[in-house]
Amino acid sequence: MLFLVGIKNNIDLIKEDKDEWLYSITSNKGVINLNFKEIWNYRDLLFLFVKRDVITLYKQTVLGPLWYFIQPLFTSIIFTLIFNNIADIKTGNGIPPFLFNLASISAWNYFSTCLNGTSDTFKKNQGIFGKVYFPRVIMPISTIVSNLIKFGIQLLVFICFYIYFVFFTESASNIQVNIAVLWFPLVVLVMALLGLGLGMIISSMTTKYRDLSFLVSFGVQLLMYGSAVMYPISLIEKKVSECVLPNYVGVLIEFNPMTTVIELFRYLALGVGEVSLFKIGYITIISILVFLLGLIIFNRTEKQFIDTV
Amino acid sequence: MMDNIILKAENVSKQYRLGLVGTGTITHDLNRWWHRIRGKEDPYLIVGEINDRSSKGNSNYVWALKDINFEVKQGEVLGIIGKNGAGKSTLLKILSRVTSPSTGQIKTKGRIASLLEVGTGFHGEMTGRENIYLNGAILGMTKKEIHSKIDQIIDFSGCERYIDTPVKRYSSGMTVRLAFAVAAFLEPEILVIDEVLAVGDAEFQKKAIGKMQEISRGKGRTVLFVSHNMASIRNLCDRTIMLKNGTVHMTGNTDAVIQEYLSESMKTRSDNVFKSKFVEKVEVQNNPIEIGKEFMLKIIFKGNYKEKINYCFLGVENEDQRRVFSIGTHLDNNFDKSFSHGDSLTCTINSLNIVKGCYKAFIAIGTNMPRKNLEVIYDAVFFDVIDNNYFNNGLSLNRKQGDVVFNSNWALNEE
Repeated sequence: MLFLVGIKNNIDLIKEDKDEWLYSITSNKGVINLNFKEIWNYRDLLFLFVKRDVITLYKQTVLGPLWYFIQPLFTSIIFTLIFNNIADIKTGNGIPPFLFNLASISAWNYFSTCLNGTSDTFKKNQGIFGKVYFPRVIMPISTIVSNLIKFGIQLLVFICFYIYFVFFTESASNIQVNIAVLWFPLVVLVMALLGLGLGMIISSMTTKYRDLSFLVSFGVQLLMYGSAVMYPISLIEKKVSECVLPNYVGVLIEFNPMTTVIELFRYLALGVGEVSLFKIGYITIISILVFLLGLIIFNRTEKQFIDTV
Repeated sequence: MMDNIILKAENVSKQYRLGLVGTGTITHDLNRWWHRIRGKEDPYLIVGEINDRSSKGNSNYVWALKDINFEVKQGEVLGIIGKNGAGKSTLLKILSRVTSPSTGQIKTKGRIASLLEVGTGFHGEMTGRENIYLNGAILGMTKKEIHSKIDQIIDFSGCERYIDTPVKRYSSGMTVRLAFAVAAFLEPEILVIDEVLAVGDAEFQKKAIGKMQEISRGKGRTVLFVSHNMASIRNLCDRTIMLKNGTVHMTGNTDAVIQEYLSESMKTRSDNVFKSKFVEKVEVQNNPIEIGKEFMLKIIFKGNYKEKINYCFLGVENEDQRRVFSIGTHLDNNFDKSFSHGDSLTCTINSLNIVKGCYKAFIAIGTNMPRKNLEVIYDAVFFDVIDNNYFNNGLSLNRKQGDVVFNSNWALNEE
């Protein structure tokens, strides 16, 4: 009997020896080893980060969340004055220029805040990243989500003005809402993926060499001019055919994914602009590729960055 | 099962590059990248020197950790000690997955949560309650878990009154209390703690140590504890690892490792005496001293100063930096001399009844009337007290049982 117990213990020991380790910490150099289950386990953290971002942004300000409205409104007014009233850019179809600009800016703002917000993830959070482990990707994703809320609020502003222009002004007849509005989630997704992907790439690359972070701050500004925010893409085509604009500039602007995103957004909201299924497919694929690339680079960086940041 | 190994480090090494990150670094990076795409090993992992902070090296690469191996059993409290720069924090960073090792691996069977520095991720604008949720989630708890424990956490922190006030209005002590409270209710299988107990008031420190003991003893959780405070290491840890220059210098029973750590720091004894203006040499003449035996100290003075000195004071501290006793020339009524010009001063205590261990002393030198210290030499002299069968029955007392040792006589008065 004792002998048997001995054997049983031995077996137990062997079993224990072969016990699966939960995980191991190594200098893993694999291309990608994202643990999606782990990220899912941390979903509460994501939610709390979003909550933190939202409630702390305008703490100790008098106007509080009103700032969400003020910024796009003022930008739209200035854009209307400069680009439409002074530079005389036609919005096409008799769409009120203010509404045109508000639509573009709301969409552009979402992309640019996502990009700006995520592009210094590592640098901004080195304090917390240096102390505790959680899937780092939670951080940029939370930025995307909290900006989504901000975007939603700005969209409400847009809808208010939209209703005003449709029901209380003469320009009502020119605006048409169509079934294409159903594409709307795709537009948002593409913007989020592009902003997140680019942001992750930049934040990873700036952990060691800070050069790129200088580029981002004004690069995003400049990119806005190349993304058909304050003019319709048809204007570019016209200028290229008139030989006012070099051909390659036209091509660059046309194949800038953000141009299509903005154009698509205006098409959905106001019924103006040129979109094609080809272009929609193009931006979807580009955004997914950028996002995946960003994820891989980010994932590679997150393990070592604290030594170099 | 007690012998269940929950964490295992195998040849863990970590290399750091010294100096600045600049244009020079990019050539190394390119070289490294070129080796990698050809499937070769990182060329810079071959170089690298032992990490000795004070010596000047030839290579820009150092090993903060080199071939660290150890195992931790379930329910064990493992202490990690070592001098500054020995690699403790690097090891903890790897353990808590903040950074990854250059080579080697650490395998674990349980979730590791680290308490590297309390208050990580606290947001000043948010209330205490909101921060408990956020901090808990950062440390790996789910919202549900936190929700079920929030009352206990608030209660433990003792910040109930302030719980709905933004954390930026808290005193630093309150922030720490709140943060520790959150971490104390974490339920990972392995908890990594670094020097948290250095903060908070005495009451809270006691509470925190108590909680940590409860965590490890009561609930069978494993704790890795890093500290410079030998008293708390001794209190908490069953086994201790001593790191030195990035390698494991010694592992084993806590008392033995602490002994080694302290004698190690004696070998590299400070050159405070060397720098002294008045004192040439200090020595305990019969080191190590047996409990209850004579203690003889000799101080030799330098001959090149003008001041008239007639006062010498000695404060003896134990390993926990706690003063055990003090002696001084002014306390000896028969002593009334001034000393100079290569004199030497001896001091005798007839029977030194202090518990076994390592001791160190500082020396203050000055004038007696009026009393004025002209110089204080910290860590001037070190000595050991050993127990050579003081009670004549093989029994001995340890530090937890008090600083002094006496023979006691017991008598029973029978009716």
